[in-house]
Amino acid sequence: MISRRRFIASGASGLLLGGCDRLNRSPEFRGVLRSAEKLTMNTQRLVSPRDALAREYGEGDMSPVFRSNGTSMPGTPEYARHLAENFANWRLQVDGLVARPLSIPLATLRSIPHRVQITRHDCVEGWSAIGKWHGLELSRILDAAGLSTRARYIVFHCADRFGDKPYYESIDLIDAFHPQTIIAWGMNGHLLPVPNGAPLRLRVERQLGYKSAKYVQRIQAVESLAGIYGGKGGYWEDNVDYEWYAGI
Amino acid sequence: MDEAAVSIEPLEAEAPPPPPPRRIAYRHRLPTRLWHWLNALTVFVMLMSGLMIFNAHPHLYWGQYGANFDHPWLSFHGRPVPGWATIPSSYNLAAARRWHLAFAWLLVVPLILFLVTSILNRHAPRDLAPTRDEIRPSHVWHDIREHARLRFPTGDAALRYNVLQKLSYVAVIFLLLPLMILTGLAMSPAMDAAWPWLLDLFAGRQSARSIHFICAMLLLAFIVVHLVMVVLAGPLNEIGSMITGRFRVPPERRRP
Repeated sequence: MISRRRFIASGASGLLLGGCDRLNRSPEFRGVLRSAEKLTMNTQRLVSPRDALAREYGEGDMSPVFRSNGTSMPGTPEYARHLAENFANWRLQVDGLVARPLSIPLATLRSIPHRVQITRHDCVEGWSAIGKWHGLELSRILDAAGLSTRARYIVFHCADRFGDKPYYESIDLIDAFHPQTIIAWGMNGHLLPVPNGAPLRLRVERQLGYKSAKYVQRIQAVESLAGIYGGKGGYWEDNVDYEWYAGI
Repeated sequence: MDEAAVSIEPLEAEAPPPPPPRRIAYRHRLPTRLWHWLNALTVFVMLMSGLMIFNAHPHLYWGQYGANFDHPWLSFHGRPVPGWATIPSSYNLAAARRWHLAFAWLLVVPLILFLVTSILNRHAPRDLAPTRDEIRPSHVWHDIREHARLRFPTGDAALRYNVLQKLSYVAVIFLLLPLMILTGLAMSPAMDAAWPWLLDLFAGRQSARSIHFICAMLLLAFIVVHLVMVVLAGPLNEIGSMITGRFRVPPERRRP
């Protein structure tokens, strides 16, 4: 037999929780919650200079082990072939709203002068790891392709799949042209390991880790995210309702 | 009072003293009441959605970095916080973040408004700041003993915050809540770029995350003690006064 006090307590808690779960299922209420994302983004952009840099750390601050998350080995036959060829035929395609679509061989990307940055990777789950990244500024790639003035977002298409769905991500032009936003081919002084996104990954240093797409094959400039997969700008955004703006 | 007067008192006391007049006093102003009930809602949502976020990686570290291969100072297996204590009640990091980051605005903006107005209208220095007399150790000790014996202030003293209330309210409003907000911002990679001093203030993002958790647990402890005190001090009168502002003043206790 449960005591009256316990009955009342569990009833109150059930009412409260049931209420929250019911609210959580209501599209209107979720719309209200979702509007906070825009407010947060606009406020953070307001108090933040456009080119404010994420902290760059020293060699001594680096994580002894930089864990990977999400896909650790893309399971497609195509990726297996690239891996077997040591990515010799991997190319980065740049298309969409650009004057000159590009298809850049991996070797070319690795041979141009690049940026090295030791930065912190913050996962949406709460953990952080500090690593050193070697790569080319995305702005230089976009400038080479001649970005159209109509372009508002840059979409990154990846080689890994979750079930049958390809991973993809997107950022706006403020982050795309940020000096620390790079297409990285190296990590901690070596070529990128497979679990961390070999052979190419994005680094967006002012947002959470899921924005830094791994296994990048194609960069597409678009005017709107609406027509792409689920339309919310990324695999996690489409499928589990993560925020598109992951600055916090 | 002279000897004679004292000696005749027992004679007069034979007749029961007239019941003291019921006194209703205005104790809480509207902004305080509104802010209180908004916070009652917001803090619960923040705690419960925060505990769901904690479930995603229930390990805490000190320093700039911290992940599964690093040494945590606090670590749990699985998803340690049960569903009755989280929002939503089954594991969903994305939804918990939506709740947490939306209600954070309801915590931050009214807190700033309250801090500014309570300093400008002198509510904080007049009603919340302990006086020099009150923070004497002997006075604080006396109040602790009175609380432990469940002897709460009566008469005019019940209309003012006692020193234990003042100290805990000041700690929550001026220390814990601002710390919650600043450590929350220090976990934001965008804010760390905008305000790099956040990382220096807390000695790293993972330290900030640990302090965020510790402050949340201290807030929870405050809420538990606060609710126990409300129940012990007379829940109807206490809750009623926080709704209407009007407080039925407990009659002056006669000295033993």
